[in-house]
Amino acid sequence: MIAIEPLAATRNACKLCAPLGACLALRGVAGAVPFLHGSQGCATYIRRYLISHFREPVDIAVSGFSEATTVFGGGDNLRSGLNNLARQYHPELIGIATTCLPETIGEDVGHLLHDFHPEGDVPFRTVHVSTPSYRGTHVDGFHATVKALVEQLAQGGPVRGHINVFPGMVSPADLRYLKEVFADFGLEATLLPDYSETLDGPQLEEYQNIPAGGTPVESLRAMGRARVSLEMGRTMADAGTAAVSLESKFGVARRKLGWPVGVLESDRFFAALSELAGRPIPEKHAKERGRLVDSYVDAHKYVFGRRAVVFGEEDLVVGLTAFLAEIGVQPVLCASGGESGRLEEAVKAVAGDAVDGIVVKEGMDFATMGEMARGLAPDFLIGSSKGYSVARELDLPLIRVGFPIHDRIGGQRILHLGYRGAQQLFDAVTNTLIERAQERSPVGYSYQ
Amino acid sequence: MKPNPHTVKDELLSALPKKSARKRAEQIVVNERRPDGSVPEIKANVRTTPGAITQRGCTYAGCKGVVIGPTRDILSITHGPIGCGFYSWLTRRNQTRPEGPEDANYIPYCLSTDMQDEQIVFGGEKKLRAAIEEAYELFHPKAIAIFSTCPVGLIGDDVHAVARDMKEKLGINVFGFSCEGYKGVSQSAGHHIANNQLFKHVVGTNETPRPEKFKINLLGEYNIGGDAFVIEDLFERCGITLVSTFSGNSTYDAFANSHMADLNAVMCHRSINYVAEMMEKKFGIPWIKVNFVGAEGTAKSLRHIAQYFNDAELSERVEKVISDEMTDVLKTQFAVRARCEGKTAMLFVGGSRAHHYQTLFAEMGMKTVAAGYEFGHRDDYEGRRVLPTVKVDADSRNIEELHVTPDDTRYLPRRGPDELVQLEAAGLDVAGYQGMMPEMEEGALVIDDLYHFEMERLLDIYKPDIFCAGVKEKYAVQKAGIPCKQLHSYDYGGPYAGFRGAINFYNEIDRMVNTRIWQYVQAPWETEEELEVEEIAS
Repeated sequence: MIAIEPLAATRNACKLCAPLGACLALRGVAGAVPFLHGSQGCATYIRRYLISHFREPVDIAVSGFSEATTVFGGGDNLRSGLNNLARQYHPELIGIATTCLPETIGEDVGHLLHDFHPEGDVPFRTVHVSTPSYRGTHVDGFHATVKALVEQLAQGGPVRGHINVFPGMVSPADLRYLKEVFADFGLEATLLPDYSETLDGPQLEEYQNIPAGGTPVESLRAMGRARVSLEMGRTMADAGTAAVSLESKFGVARRKLGWPVGVLESDRFFAALSELAGRPIPEKHAKERGRLVDSYVDAHKYVFGRRAVVFGEEDLVVGLTAFLAEIGVQPVLCASGGESGRLEEAVKAVAGDAVDGIVVKEGMDFATMGEMARGLAPDFLIGSSKGYSVARELDLPLIRVGFPIHDRIGGQRILHLGYRGAQQLFDAVTNTLIERAQERSPVGYSYQ
Repeated sequence: MKPNPHTVKDELLSALPKKSARKRAEQIVVNERRPDGSVPEIKANVRTTPGAITQRGCTYAGCKGVVIGPTRDILSITHGPIGCGFYSWLTRRNQTRPEGPEDANYIPYCLSTDMQDEQIVFGGEKKLRAAIEEAYELFHPKAIAIFSTCPVGLIGDDVHAVARDMKEKLGINVFGFSCEGYKGVSQSAGHHIANNQLFKHVVGTNETPRPEKFKINLLGEYNIGGDAFVIEDLFERCGITLVSTFSGNSTYDAFANSHMADLNAVMCHRSINYVAEMMEKKFGIPWIKVNFVGAEGTAKSLRHIAQYFNDAELSERVEKVISDEMTDVLKTQFAVRARCEGKTAMLFVGGSRAHHYQTLFAEMGMKTVAAGYEFGHRDDYEGRRVLPTVKVDADSRNIEELHVTPDDTRYLPRRGPDELVQLEAAGLDVAGYQGMMPEMEEGALVIDDLYHFEMERLLDIYKPDIFCAGVKEKYAVQKAGIPCKQLHSYDYGGPYAGFRGAINFYNEIDRMVNTRIWQYVQAPWETEEELEVEEIAS
């Protein structure tokens, strides 16, 4: 076992900050504009990161604290900021996420909003969430925002037939896929958030400053009347989440599922849907599973016994571990910058036979990961673009998945979920390994 | 039809509530070039309206990301929560060329104290000290820089005291920056804070003599897309000795030794003119404004440097380099003009880029119809002549002004008063900068700190052939059917400086403004549908 001393500094972090996750989640609500209450630079940095991954406009307004604001409080900036934004964008909803400054001075945003009366004649709703960068990661900010949306907007009433789905921080392609699957099962599902269109939109004849798409506010309000909530992600907490809140407030049953990455996790997912819908797995998906397993048979010899370092958001790491283990790749290090305290248990639950060879690390940074990876003799890395420095240093291929991917195009179109996503992951992993062998071959063969 | 800029201005303002619109009106100006050489006054370097979606970053970004970021052998530690450090990690294509494999390069590292609740409540100095000691053990750098983020100022951590202690304990240079994000109105405040500290803690600390001839510092060149490499090559071929660059491809020792130069050549006036002034006061080094963006600007800048040194051999070499390079430049210019002449551009970027890049467009026959800086000040728009009338507001007062006096032993005026008068008489504008607006056309729109929704309106009204900004604007611009050139990171293209860079730029813009990609936006069936609708209607 490699012992790594915990260091005071984080060296090349494997996590981003909470307000980024908040902005991402808010982009998945129809007619919503994210608004950061805090320093101007937060909005700029976060926009830059989200935009360079999704390659789509991401407008985030900011109240812009000055030195005086830090002394006297940000109430005036918040109020005038909301009025200015409403006048320019006519949003249906403004989602206010706090950054470090108002949190450090202890500003009560809920109270400020309670006393706020919009100047203009365009009505808009507000939702607020506390997301200081010094607490948790971008994933925590994401989940906190989803919870805030539900807690501040969902209403109770007679139960309707639809289901709630909290997919977690997946890609626009994943969201589109999930919607397709639910529709194929005949399940009426409200996904929150849903940035499948807002962060992967078409080229337009006429520019829209708030892109079409997202979870409609009306659907969000009806989440309190759903028959069940599916909360996706094995590392999701069993307290303090959106689905837990809906359960305790409105009695909407909560069902927790892993991210369907790979065959086995997808089988569990499809079985759950089949049960909810009361119908068998649609033939289209059964066929996709068939083709996937067929490709596993064809190509397992290329991947079997290979060793991988897996990193990223915790639920992604769990899903990828499940997938890699089932195709015969040994995940040697499963690491995340997140610190849910649940990663190890979740990884072990899905790792099957590979479980004994895995080191699981929460709160990891890339410098430590590089140092550990050196002793674990991996064949490839799988995770975001940020692992590139480690991959380069160790001269290993990096298979880009998750977030952020800003040194390749198409990050928003990567499909991780379901049989179809597993097919893409499997092809990517296999072809990367074949390409590597080909590059290293003295023969330069093009056929084998 | 050409839009009326005054009407456009009114339309932009109409989207703001009255009070905000009144303030904003002073930042949107229709350019005039008056007979006395003056231009209308523009309000700049003021707070962005709350709720606006701005291009601007923060003080920390200017300090850590822009100025110190490209220096390979100063180890940077961000003191704060994780976001700030992460977002400023290896940005702006911080290219650097270590001289050998042993040469330190910390640019790939992003060290952060990753503050948590505990530090916010009980203070973060302890963790910062531990991080510095640990970084020293790991890397043994020549210098460590500590950057404060927003909460640090609020909780009262004294990064400067920690730096002093650590400097004593470790025996290397350790210095801190009070560059909390909220301090200034934009990254400009961060540039100033960064440069002040470099001046206080580094410049003049290395007395190694420089026996070479024609020694200059290049100030305000940040090596985006490898620009500095192109300029370094030009200097070398001309026989000009580059002592230091602030701060593209820079090193600690070069900063420390920079007082050995005989001339400061200033590229980005905004981010560094005060360093040029301080070096003149303390060491007697005069400065001139240069511009290595655009072939004409490059030639002119090289000639000005030669003129300053007044050496026949140097002038001859400079002329030789210019004529060697201009053959290819003119060939490409001629080729692209056939396709680009008369097309229009808008530039909203930087504190000097919106000015410098207009010259490249002009060389292609393209016209700049609107421009503005993200973080410029009035003197960058109107020229240094307005400096005495620039109002100092609370935000500017926040930034320390260093009071510099001539150095007791090292002050040596490189040119006497008479020589400077002669140089001025010969056309060299010593310590001068005329600003962007005097070079822009009458009736062009000049907008400071362009807001996102204003950009959307401008695109709609003017439909320029190309829009230059950064990645934050890029995809919105392209959704509107207009190509967007990033001038912060060059879309991973470049270099664009010097003669070779100009050729790169001409070719790239030519491809962008003449691309056929937009014709695919409308699907064929959409056209048919429309035709059918028209038929039914008729």
